[in-house]
Amino acid sequence: MLKDITLGQFFPGNTVAHRLDPRTKILLVVLYIVALFSAKSYASYGVVILTLAVCVRISRVGLSALVRGLKPVVVIILFTAVLNLFLTPGSELVKLGPLHITDAGVRLAAFMVLRIMLLIMGTFLMTYTTSPISLTDGLEKLMSPLKKLRVPVHELAMMMSIALRFIPTLIEETDKIMSAQKARGADFESGNLFQRAKALIPVLVPLFISAFRRADELAVAMECRCYHGGEGRTRLHVLHMERRDVLGLIFGCAITAGVIVLARMGL
Amino acid sequence: MKPILEVENLTHTYGSGTPFERSAIKDLSFTVNDGEFLGIIGHTGSGKSTLIQHLNGLLRPTSGRVLLEGKDIWAEPKKIRSVRFRVGLVFQYPEYQLFEETVYKDIAFGPANMGKTGSELDRCIREAARLVGLQDDMLDKSPFELSGGQKRRVALAGVLAMEPQVLILDEPTAGLDPAGRENLLANIRDYHRNKGGTVILVSHSMDEIAQNVDRILVLKSAGILMDGTPKEVFARGEELLAAGLDVPQITRVAMALRQRGVPIDPAVYTVDELQREVLALRRGGASC
Repeated sequence: MLKDITLGQFFPGNTVAHRLDPRTKILLVVLYIVALFSAKSYASYGVVILTLAVCVRISRVGLSALVRGLKPVVVIILFTAVLNLFLTPGSELVKLGPLHITDAGVRLAAFMVLRIMLLIMGTFLMTYTTSPISLTDGLEKLMSPLKKLRVPVHELAMMMSIALRFIPTLIEETDKIMSAQKARGADFESGNLFQRAKALIPVLVPLFISAFRRADELAVAMECRCYHGGEGRTRLHVLHMERRDVLGLIFGCAITAGVIVLARMGL
Repeated sequence: MKPILEVENLTHTYGSGTPFERSAIKDLSFTVNDGEFLGIIGHTGSGKSTLIQHLNGLLRPTSGRVLLEGKDIWAEPKKIRSVRFRVGLVFQYPEYQLFEETVYKDIAFGPANMGKTGSELDRCIREAARLVGLQDDMLDKSPFELSGGQKRRVALAGVLAMEPQVLILDEPTAGLDPAGRENLLANIRDYHRNKGGTVILVSHSMDEIAQNVDRILVLKSAGILMDGTPKEVFARGEELLAAGLDVPQITRVAMALRQRGVPIDPAVYTVDELQREVLALRRGGASC
């Protein structure tokens, strides 16, 4: 079912991980990604895994929820694993016809799979502990220097908030329209790819029409409340960096630096 | 009367196995007779929508069965589509499901999915359009240039064109103006009278239900609170009010009169009935 999509899902809570400033969390995720992509050895991967484990523990987000986030990318993970397994040169371990598995291939495949999984779990941890609204607030604040370069930062952030806000609404709407068309005998489950794509027309047309209608109504409603872009607009929740944010960033930098050093030393 | 739909111990649980687990309907049993006009009423969240989606197999029961003419509709899950042709369901705000270039083509979607072609298809479409009062010249228009009320008629015709044995309508008059509301209900009444098909009307307007149906099913928090003729149900007006539901305006007047000591039957629900009662009382010499 469409309702099972976990994209951008937020689990409310009151742990340190939830209370951190969204800017801190975004920066920490960036640092985490840097560390993850510098890691090349068992020790450096160990540090990354340990860091993620500690963060998960602090945030009290269930491990099962994080693993569930991996479901949509299983295909990509498998694909990466298979490609790396068979296409890496090195000393041969097994030979299967024209294909051969090398020791370097096994190592690389394992690391790549681990890397993708850690990447997704780490970023999901952020979206699980940060509400979409504060996430876009944080992004807008972080990117505000770009305003000097005439990048429409506020508009982009507003578009993102609105898009995030409407994902569940559109999913619900899609479900409803699909049910209504199924009640008229629409068949989404059988036939070849072409037939299935064609069967979606009765869903997509009403969905687009209602999305445009909603967009229109929202624009009018915003104008009625005097919205005129970001200039001179004050905020309801002003973001503040606290001591925990500074500490978090120091830890983050230290761990990332540590991982880079470990990777350089080849450990 | 012979039963057409039988619901046996129907339970539906959303999100089972998660912390959000919730029973939308619990152990529900009732029978719908062939040719009956049944009203289903209940609060938002009383399980009305979940219930009706079981009747045409859009949802599969967590436990319990739904029988259509004595046969379990899920006996052959592959043939569930044929059940949907026999039990037509018109959703709330059905005009949002229109998608074709012309009204004619949109109405054709259902019967064409059934495999109808040629003159038979044409007959179904024209007859359905006539039943909901759409003129012939409207059939070539785009459904998107019609008014809200007309769009709803087109959507209704889209289901009627499948010539279902049972027609289920979920809040068919929501958002229409009083004239549009009365017109649509008149179409549905005509359809019921002339075609003799079974109609299930879901609504939370007591007046709408009272004026149209033969029998009322009152749902309350996942179960059945009452099941009977309008007279039987509205005789228990106090209970309905206690359950947070409404009673028809006329019943409300009768109840108020009774409270003031006028010995009137509390189960009246139409203006005519109330008039008759009041006149009878006057003739009897009561002072009111």
